Amino acid sequence: MSRHRDRTAGWAVVDLVVVVCALIPVVWIAALSFKAPSTISDGRFWPTTWTWSNYAGIFKNDDFVRGLINSIGIGVISTLIAIVIGTMAAYAVARLEFPGKSLVLGISLLIAMFPQISLVTPLFQIERGLGLFNTWPGLILPYITFALPLTIYTLSTFFREIPWDLEKAAKMDGATPFQAFRLVIAPLAAPGVVTTAILAFILCWNDFLFSISLTSSSAARTAPATISFFSGSSQFEDPAGSIAAAAIVITIPIVLFVLLFQRRIVSGLTSGAVKG
Amino acid sequence: MNGPGGGATVSGGDDAGRRAVSQGRRSERHLGWWLCAPAALVMVLVTGWPIVYSVLLSLQRYDLRFPDRKGWIGVENYTTVLTSAFWWNAFAVTAVVTVVSVAIELVLGMVIALVMYRTLVGRGLIRTVVLIPYGIVTVAAAYGWKYAWTPDTGWLAGLLPGGQAPLTEHWPAIGIVILAEVWKTTPFMALLLMAGLALVPEDTLKAASMDGAGAWQRFRLITLPLMRPAILAALLFRTLDAFRIFDNIFVLTNGAQNTAAVSVIAYHNLIGGLNLGIGSTMSVLIVVTVAVIAFVFVKVLGTSAPAQATGGKR
Repeated sequence: MSRHRDRTAGWAVVDLVVVVCALIPVVWIAALSFKAPSTISDGRFWPTTWTWSNYAGIFKNDDFVRGLINSIGIGVISTLIAIVIGTMAAYAVARLEFPGKSLVLGISLLIAMFPQISLVTPLFQIERGLGLFNTWPGLILPYITFALPLTIYTLSTFFREIPWDLEKAAKMDGATPFQAFRLVIAPLAAPGVVTTAILAFILCWNDFLFSISLTSSSAARTAPATISFFSGSSQFEDPAGSIAAAAIVITIPIVLFVLLFQRRIVSGLTSGAVKG
Repeated sequence: MNGPGGGATVSGGDDAGRRAVSQGRRSERHLGWWLCAPAALVMVLVTGWPIVYSVLLSLQRYDLRFPDRKGWIGVENYTTVLTSAFWWNAFAVTAVVTVVSVAIELVLGMVIALVMYRTLVGRGLIRTVVLIPYGIVTVAAAYGWKYAWTPDTGWLAGLLPGGQAPLTEHWPAIGIVILAEVWKTTPFMALLLMAGLALVPEDTLKAASMDGAGAWQRFRLITLPLMRPAILAALLFRTLDAFRIFDNIFVLTNGAQNTAAVSVIAYHNLIGGLNLGIGSTMSVLIVVTVAVIAFVFVKVLGTSAPAQATGGKR
């Protein structure tokens, strides 16, 4: 019994080390974001006086608010489109036999590994020619493209695990094809689709390179890129507090997703890998 | 799994006639094409044409500041880039950051994977917490590291003797870039490796334990060999991902003290220099390098294309 207790305590210590290492940098940014401008450079970890003024400041900054709106809008639209066309392709890949299937998977794999910087130079020039530079569609297009491989791979793995015979059984019990889809298949597929949508949204939300390269104003610039323009801006005497507050604001959605969907995100990230 | 059963569902019946089967095949084939068409079209349009265009641009003198001097110059851009000390320095920095951070991530990732897989307490907690570095916006985390190492402001800089500013020196700055990269991406590595751990049969481990194999022996002689495919796939993805490092360096040093990676100098040539010819040449060279890395992994090391092409990018 005591051996068991020792092992539990040992694991608790190991767990604690991992948790601290994973969280300290985030806690540090949060601590920095609550410091008053005069105490930013006191070198302490925790603020001596806590203040919301950094947060109040960034939400009075039109560029940052606009950047948040851009991030949410562009991220949601890209995710929705990628999920719709990615679900179609994933269904075909998981369930149908057709020539060209491995080509679709091959292209997806190539894009997943493709260095984004190598698309930035030509896209910069092409989008300026087409009038897409510095617009929402100008960012949505590359975001969909890089979210699609993830969508197709993750969803086709999920779809392969669905017991499709249930659909046939439902039809034999007298369900119409639509009823069979709505009452049997959709509820089984929904968790996979939701998980994939979260992963795709995180991917778009995280992008920085496309956003600083393919925009020139706050018309389409997303929040991460907006933050990088905080430095030296006149309305911020010391941008550290504002940057930290903005960093926390754009981290909150991720933390919420992680807390609400931890199990699904882990299975979404790893399900494909298990199949090898 | 995706055999004839799928065809029967699509053709909507189980008619046994030969014509019905071949018709079912054909309609299954058409449905497959139609369902894949939008995704394939978007992916090819948004990447295919830019790639061709960037090869064409790389063969031209094309500087947006001097548009009238545009012209075809063959491989001159390639000679310029490949004889430039900046390019090779950036290449070396990228290579060092890639190799060192992926090596550290493999070891740390394996430890964390084992902890997540084997821990007796707080398994849910630890899996949740580990996802936060994976999910956090790279730029946000990079600013955290930047201020942590800024003299007077940062808690980590305060631990250094004599008020040093590590981000203003070459090797310390590269070390911090590696630290930021490792913190951010080790969880992804750990999750992929944990999936590999699940493939190792418990019975085999138990049998080895009965035969007197210690924990380290079981890990080295059973777990590691069985995990080889998962390890190689994770390494391939992380290596290619690390090679395109941009966000962390952009925020931490913006390439000062010769810490620019290839992505960073390509970006500066485009946005700062507006030199499309040189920028495209660098783009093409980066793609070629990535292709070589992937080739080495697949052909030399025998990495099988994983059924997982996901989430590598932050």
